[in-house]
Parts: sequence; structure tokens; C-alpha cells
Amino acid sequence: MLRKRIPLLICFVFGAFGLAQYYSPHPIVVSGYSTVLDWVQIIFAFTLIVGVLSVFQIHLKKISRREKLWGYSIVTLSAIIVMASAGFLGGTGRGTAFVWMFDNMQVPMQSTVFALLAFFVATAAYRGFRLRNVEAGILLAAAIVIMLGRIPIGALISDYIPAGAEWILTVPSMSAKRAVLIGIGLGSITTALRVILGIERSYLGRG
Amino acid sequence: MEKETLMEIGTFTALVLTLLIFSFLYKENPFYRFAEYLLVGISVGYYLVIICRNTIYPLVIDKLFVQGELLVLVPTALGCLMFVRLKKKWAYLSRLPLALMIGFGAGISIPAMLQARILKQMSASMQSLLTVNGVVILIGVTSTIAYFYFSKRQEGMFGRFTQLGTYFLMVFFGATFGYTVMSRISLLIGRLEFVLRDAFGIIS
Repeated sequence: MLRKRIPLLICFVFGAFGLAQYYSPHPIVVSGYSTVLDWVQIIFAFTLIVGVLSVFQIHLKKISRREKLWGYSIVTLSAIIVMASAGFLGGTGRGTAFVWMFDNMQVPMQSTVFALLAFFVATAAYRGFRLRNVEAGILLAAAIVIMLGRIPIGALISDYIPAGAEWILTVPSMSAKRAVLIGIGLGSITTALRVILGIERSYLGRG
Repeated sequence: MEKETLMEIGTFTALVLTLLIFSFLYKENPFYRFAEYLLVGISVGYYLVIICRNTIYPLVIDKLFVQGELLVLVPTALGCLMFVRLKKKWAYLSRLPLALMIGFGAGISIPAMLQARILKQMSASMQSLLTVNGVVILIGVTSTIAYFYFSKRQEGMFGRFTQLGTYFLMVFFGATFGYTVMSRISLLIGRLEFVLRDAFGIIS
């Protein structure tokens, strides 16, 4: 009962309410919607805290069992403790240790990791962009025009390159993007209906 | 500590961490791994603080203890049920809050998807049929959708129309790829600018 039926019933009731509230401007429905939205935010916040605890559990296990690379787990755990302590004890305003660590540690590291992808994307393009057929040729041509159109050298070669890049983005690329978005919309609605009606139950897991 | 000294220490720290991550270009090494684990820890700590300050404090603690709203106990109890996921024997209880979140999310997503992803896109595709670009967009949208229609064999006239859809898709993939490459390269330029200009002062 508690394992399957009640979760499915909760899912149906709240799913049906979520769907119905869109079509009703009644004050009770509007206030109910706002309350449930807060509830979802609260549960989501607890879910993220469970994630943090899970990270702690995994790294503590790694350290206690002296698994491979266990030393680095100490770095992760220490960083979590230091960052969280700085935020909870010192606040999150301008000039605090929390903001200092965010600006001088998290932001530079995150953007460098994304910058590294430039090299991997370039090697992937070298391997993937072989002119094998018409489709591959179109893909290659579109990518080259877009890349050239976004840098000053494109305009130096010809004024048509930036204009062509703009046209590709706003006309043929946009039309395919719209078709993909319509497909995603139809797929999402179907999946959402399956979830509400209890046909799709994979979120319940096993057991 | 003085503001300037703090800024210098900050620039130095950012420089060292940037170089540690860039060391991956040579090969995976202990310096890169150190920075990688540090980034995970700092990010987790950051989000923990943000969740508690932006959600738990105003929506739970403030409402419960300052405004005295007892109804908040319901989502709090449901949220606490998420913790049983860490214990296998009781993990099934976490299905209750999950069912609420997923059910409600699915419910509100239906009209939103219908509005933003289907109706808006369809009307935008048919707005300017008197221009060449408008006609190209309409042909692109319909032929690409036709390509994903598998209930009819793609041959003859219909096959050629769906083939046209694949060409539009290839343009979309190529444009998206080119755009992604350029955004990553601009990030790389930003980091190199930081190292060469802000940290070492080699370029101005």
C-alpha cells in the first residue's frame, strides 16, 4: 500500500491539480497553487541536502576503506566544510570569506574547466567532420559559416559571411529548431500524462 | 587584512587554480585531480549554503517560527522523509515526497509545454508567409517534423520531403556546433586574458 498505491495516488492528485489550476482563476485554486509550489520548493531543497549528505557518505567510506585516490576525498570534504562554515557563520554578503572563495576559487575553476572543452571540441570536430555525404557537407558548411561569422576575420574575408551566419541562425536553423521543440513538447506532454495516470512508474524505483 | 592585499591573494589563488586545471592538457595528473576534487567540494558547499539561506530559512524556519504557519510542517515532514533514502530498509518512504514533486511537476508542465513548445512555435512558423524566409521556415518546420513521423514508409514524394527535413536538421546541428565551439573559445580567451593580463601583466 505505502510502497506503490499511496505514492501513485499522491502523484495523480497533485498532477491533476497542477493541470487543472492553469484553467481556473478561482482565488482558492490560485492560493492552493502557490502553497503547493512552496511545498515543492521545500521538498526539493531537502532533496539537495540529501545529495550533499550522500557526497559526504561516499567520501567518508572511501577514506575509511583507504580506497584508490582516498586522499583527494579529504580535499573534497574539507572544501565542503570550509565553504559551508564560511557561508553559515560569516554570511553571504559582499566582502565575506564565502564570496571571496566563490569569486577567486569556484568561478575561475569552473570557467577553466569549460574553457578546456574548447580543445576537446576541436579534436572531436577533426575526427567527426569528414565530408562523407551531402548531409555531412551541409553540417560542415553551416558550422564553418557560423564560426567565421562570429569572428572579425569573417567580415574581413567577405561581408556576406556574417550576414550568411545570421541568416542560417534565423531561418533554416531556426526552422529545424522549432520542429525539434514541437517534438520535445509533444513527447513531454505524453510522458507527463503517463506519469499522472500511473502508467510510467520508473520514478518509484524497484521493490 | 587590507583590501588590496586580499585582492592580490585572490588573483594569485585564481591563477594557481587556473593553471592546475590547465595542466590537464598535458595529461591527467595529481595537480589537476586536486583542483577537480576541490571544485566539487567548494561547489557542494556553495549550493548547500544557498539552499539553506534562500529556501529553508524563508520558507520553513521563518514561516514556522516567526509567522506561526503550521501547514509548513507537512512539506517539512515530507522533505525529512527524503533522508530515509540513505537507509535501504526505509528508502521506499521517500517515494511519497518524490510522487508529490513529480506529479505536480508533470501536471504544471502540460499546459506550459502546450503553450510554449507547441502553439507558440506553430504560430511563429506561419506568421510571415508572404516573404521568402517565411516560406523557407514553414517548409523547414514541416519537413523536419515529417522526418520524425514513422507511421508511414519514407519513400516517393514523402521520402523526398523528409530527406529535405534531414538537410534542415544538419544545418541546425552544424549551426549549434559552431555556436558551441565559439562560446568555448571565448571562455578560453577569457581565461588566457586573466593569466596573461591580470595575473602576469604580459599583455595590456
